[in-house]
Amino acid sequence: MTTTRSAGHLEVRGIAKRYDKVSAVDDVSFRMAPGEFLTLLGASGSGKTTTLKIIAGFEAPDSGEVWLGEQPITQLPAHRRNIGVVFQNYALFPHLTAAENIAFPLRVRGIGKAERAKRVRHALATVRLEGTGDRYPRQLSGGQQQRVALARALVFEPQVLLMDEPMGALDKRLREALQLEIMRIHRELGITICYVTHDQEEALVMSDRIAIYDDGRIRQVGTAEELYELPESVFVAEFMGESNVFHGTLDGKGKVGRLIAPRRPPITVSIDGPCPIGDGADAVVVVRPERIRVLRRRRGDSEPEPGRNILTGVVQDVIYLGSDRRYLVALPDGSTCQARVGAAHADPGIGRGDHVELTWDRADAILLEAPAAEREATS
Amino acid sequence: MLALTGRMTVKRLRGWGLLAAPGILFLLVLFGWPLADMAILSLTTPSPSNYAVFAESPVYLDAYVTTFVVALVTTGACLLLGYPYAYLMHTGGRTLALILGFFVLLPFWSSILVRTFAWSVWLQDTGIVNTTLLDAGVIDRPLPLIRNALGTTIGMTHVLLPFMVLSLYAGMRRIDPNLTRAAMSLGASPLTAFRRIFLPLSMAGIYAGSLIVLVISLGFYLTPAVLGDPGKPLIGQLIVEQVTGQLNFGVGGALGVVLLVATLAVVWAGTWLVDLRSVMGYEE
Repeated sequence: MTTTRSAGHLEVRGIAKRYDKVSAVDDVSFRMAPGEFLTLLGASGSGKTTTLKIIAGFEAPDSGEVWLGEQPITQLPAHRRNIGVVFQNYALFPHLTAAENIAFPLRVRGIGKAERAKRVRHALATVRLEGTGDRYPRQLSGGQQQRVALARALVFEPQVLLMDEPMGALDKRLREALQLEIMRIHRELGITICYVTHDQEEALVMSDRIAIYDDGRIRQVGTAEELYELPESVFVAEFMGESNVFHGTLDGKGKVGRLIAPRRPPITVSIDGPCPIGDGADAVVVVRPERIRVLRRRRGDSEPEPGRNILTGVVQDVIYLGSDRRYLVALPDGSTCQARVGAAHADPGIGRGDHVELTWDRADAILLEAPAAEREATS
Repeated sequence: MLALTGRMTVKRLRGWGLLAAPGILFLLVLFGWPLADMAILSLTTPSPSNYAVFAESPVYLDAYVTTFVVALVTTGACLLLGYPYAYLMHTGGRTLALILGFFVLLPFWSSILVRTFAWSVWLQDTGIVNTTLLDAGVIDRPLPLIRNALGTTIGMTHVLLPFMVLSLYAGMRRIDPNLTRAAMSLGASPLTAFRRIFLPLSMAGIYAGSLIVLVISLGFYLTPAVLGDPGKPLIGQLIVEQVTGQLNFGVGGALGVVLLVATLAVVWAGTWLVDLRSVMGYEE
């Protein structure tokens, strides 16, 4: 089947950019379907804003290409790309009113006065700012300025909209309201949006897919669920939500592997399913806290139920969070394991100092290669 | 309201504010008083009839006109030379900004007298410019580059250019670089982005720099005396002639007072213009 490339189809192919020998973006590639909402998520300095600047045409990549639809746009100057950009600090023109700001892209395209006025009115209505057109940016609140910036970036009907931490300067309440607003506009206009943020929650709420950035590279691209359930690296696992990470050596026997932690006394974690990592290799097992069950320790030797992994430990702390309880449990090897149990399943009698069993389904344990730095350190 | 302002002023003068006292005293005693003295002299030595010189001879009014024309041309020349220079400093990256900034400040470290005489070496009929052009056969008679308004303007532009460049540069630094990027992402070519966004926003620096250069130009003495037309003196030269040549403090004072009033009028008009910025929505 041949994929039909419609106009809002944005593709980045292996772009790289260095500043003074420091790599800002290194071999970044992704493809956006028309109308998709993709979030570039990562810490500041991880290369997501540089990626956006390259797509917008403010920076030229050292290598790699940017495609929009059927056309490579890497060589195209910014003003001929027809890509809307919303800046973190809004970048509204201070000497023009809100309406004049929004009319600017129409003006430079030579659109007549009457048509301009009509479309500006419509754009102001889209962002729910009717009646503020004749105010100057400094007379508007932060949220209003953000809406004007959004209207200005949408009014010339670009196929792709880039947003660079557009809510960084707003307080939490306003941010949540604007998130819903942006999602509504995204839905209504069917525009392709590439959104940059360091706020994980924001990314989870808004995006169709998320690209996790780390040190100039994309670690993984996927839906929020894919990233959470099937992280491809410890970095992604730890970045997306809370996780228990067990480091150790793999003792693989056929399909079922066992991870033996190096510390004394060793703890053993069993993994189900295919084992892509070879015997005796360093590996990591990630278990999400909400997958772990906490039970009072029974007398005698604990026998795990079939298919379940079991660890014993002593409760260090119980944190009551209303909908669930969080247990911090000290394991025999001195490390701490975190478990999160929903209110319906939690035993309220378990408290600090109690001996407990932590069990989880082996299928819920995620086996990953040990991070590169660690492999070097232990070898 | 007035009492409140007064109390706040007094409050501010205590503590660290007192450190400004020597400076304020210095200005009052060594600048304020001589200024007042000049005004008094113009009215009392021998009488306010000093101001009648304007009616008696057209020389003085002519000198004011020449002074203003030269000052305006100098300001225009500084702006035309300074704007691209400052723009390059602003956009060319940090290293280039440092190098260009160094060359702007270089003249400040040498005496204005030395620089002015250096210009006369360059510009006179047997000077470097004319001999080079004559030798090259481009011209067959020396160009009149000195002892006229051109010489004055060249010399004054050279002295005042740094003030213009630094004012413009400071103004440009205040412009968010994302604004030009935003304009381009919205479809404006680099030229349109400059014309519609950057240039209007740099008007504040243009006003400030022009005002400074214009006001300083009005009081120039040394440069026109060395490089200018002796037959068409600027007002500064006439004042010096009255005071040191003829020891006529009354008329000298009167000319000074009129120059001061004219300069204040320019500053006032300039502030009014600069205040337009807030009307245009630039003021933060």
